Amino acid sequence: MTTGNEHPQARRSVVNWLLGLWGGGVLASIFYPVVRYLAPPDVPEAAALSVTAGSAQALAPNSGRVVPFGARPAIVIRTPAGELRAFSATCTHLDCTVQYRPDLQRIWCACHNGEYDLNGRNVAGPPPRPLDPYDVNVAGDEITITRRS
Amino acid sequence: MRLRAWLAERLPLDDVLATLRHKRVPHHEYSVWYYFGGTTLFLFAIQVGTGALLLLYYRPSAAEAYESVQFIVARVPFGWLVRSIHAWSANLMVASAFAHLFSVAFLHAYRRPRELTWMSGVLLLVLTLAFGFTGYLLPWNEVSFFATRVGTDIAATVPLVGHALVRFLRGGDDVTGATLTRLFGFHVAVLPAVATALVALHLLLVQRHGMSVPPSVERRAAADPGAVRSIPFLPHFLLRDLFAWTAVLAVLASLATFYPSELGAKADPFAPAPAGIRPEWYFLWAFETLKHVPPTVAGLNGEFVAVAAMGSGAVGALLLPLVAGRSPRSRAIVVWICAAALLFMGGMTMLALRTVTP
Ligand code: FES
Repeated sequence: MTTGNEHPQARRSVVNWLLGLWGGGVLASIFYPVVRYLAPPDVPEAAALSVTAGSAQALAPNSGRVVPFGARPAIVIRTPAGELRAFSATCTHLDCTVQYRPDLQRIWCACHNGEYDLNGRNVAGPPPRPLDPYDVNVAGDEITITRRS
Repeated sequence: MRLRAWLAERLPLDDVLATLRHKRVPHHEYSVWYYFGGTTLFLFAIQVGTGALLLLYYRPSAAEAYESVQFIVARVPFGWLVRSIHAWSANLMVASAFAHLFSVAFLHAYRRPRELTWMSGVLLLVLTLAFGFTGYLLPWNEVSFFATRVGTDIAATVPLVGHALVRFLRGGDDVTGATLTRLFGFHVAVLPAVATALVALHLLLVQRHGMSVPPSVERRAAADPGAVRSIPFLPHFLLRDLFAWTAVLAVLASLATFYPSELGAKADPFAPAPAGIRPEWYFLWAFETLKHVPPTVAGLNGEFVAVAAMGSGAVGALLLPLVAGRSPRSRAIVVWICAAALLFMGGMTMLALRTVTP
């Protein structure tokens, strides 16, 4: 009984190939949507260009304040000399939020003891880059900080 | 008796019992290490139980998570105990799993034919750590919030896919409520499902191959078959196991009662990171290592070098039975490498515990 069955080997490999194709197709059609589903969609955040950062009077020399800048924190400091400066408060090392350390007269990150000077330059510890600086304006008593474009 | 007969007709009761009656466990000077696997399993069961209880009151959102944990601790009868046991049992489980892994490595129990048992075990340890990492954020307090921010940002050091990886872990660009929901999903659904399957495989393999005997004892047995004793699994070993579990339960209950797990302050994304941000103790060594690597090592991002080294360590551990040779010499190498790893992790942990952040 060999009618139409002359090449059982070849036939088998074709069938296996088709089965593989089918299996692969099914798996791909399951996993592709799942993988895409796992990656969160981009939620366009209102790119804050400038925010108000509270009273200028209340910020004493040699102190700092963390304020929301859109979805991320920013830090406003008053240097011992009385000058106002603002930076992104997200540590360039591993994303902690920095704070002002009056005793060191520096911006300090508690997570791994990173230090930035009053110009936002990374001067000690693991941070690899300076903090992004923002522009500071004072109108009346209100501080406004603006992202440099 | 009628019930027993009814069940025996429908379930393979007698077969199982006969197998267990036949099963024997080797008894020698290193037998004490056999108990750590069982202890880990016991603690896992406690985690499943207390985790299910916590789920009845916990609410996984940034607005409510902290308050719901506070409610569990302060208002729900015995809520503080359930939460403390869950937290402490997690710690003990990690410790027990590490003890199990290292003892198995030092006694060379990963050798043929137990390669897959070892590999499923390493994967289970990784899962245990993943449970710890994902569970840490759930109370949404300050320390866990920043620790998770640091922990997830480490993924950004991976070239090419780093950014996508961070977004995958955080459910967005920052650690937010989306991260909480995501890690919660992993913690209570994805990881338990995978872990249960792996535990089943691991136990099946242990049952199939029996307990491994270290090479030194094996040699002794080859010289004199009577030299290595064994005890019946039923009831001797099982009773000892139950005794160990009772002891663990007592330790757990005391820890949970006298050192109830603290909740701390609620996470505030716009507050500076407080001093003393640290991960759970079992990640401390990695945390401390990251503190000490310089920003760039040989022109590469320092964190990435450290992370790559740790990653290759994990892959090496996974593949250990496949790469380790069979000679006594290569066994000695395995012992030295494991001892060095243990020493490094222990030393870094000590260092992390000693440094008091200014
Ligand atoms: S996150 Fe700031 S020093 Fe590491």
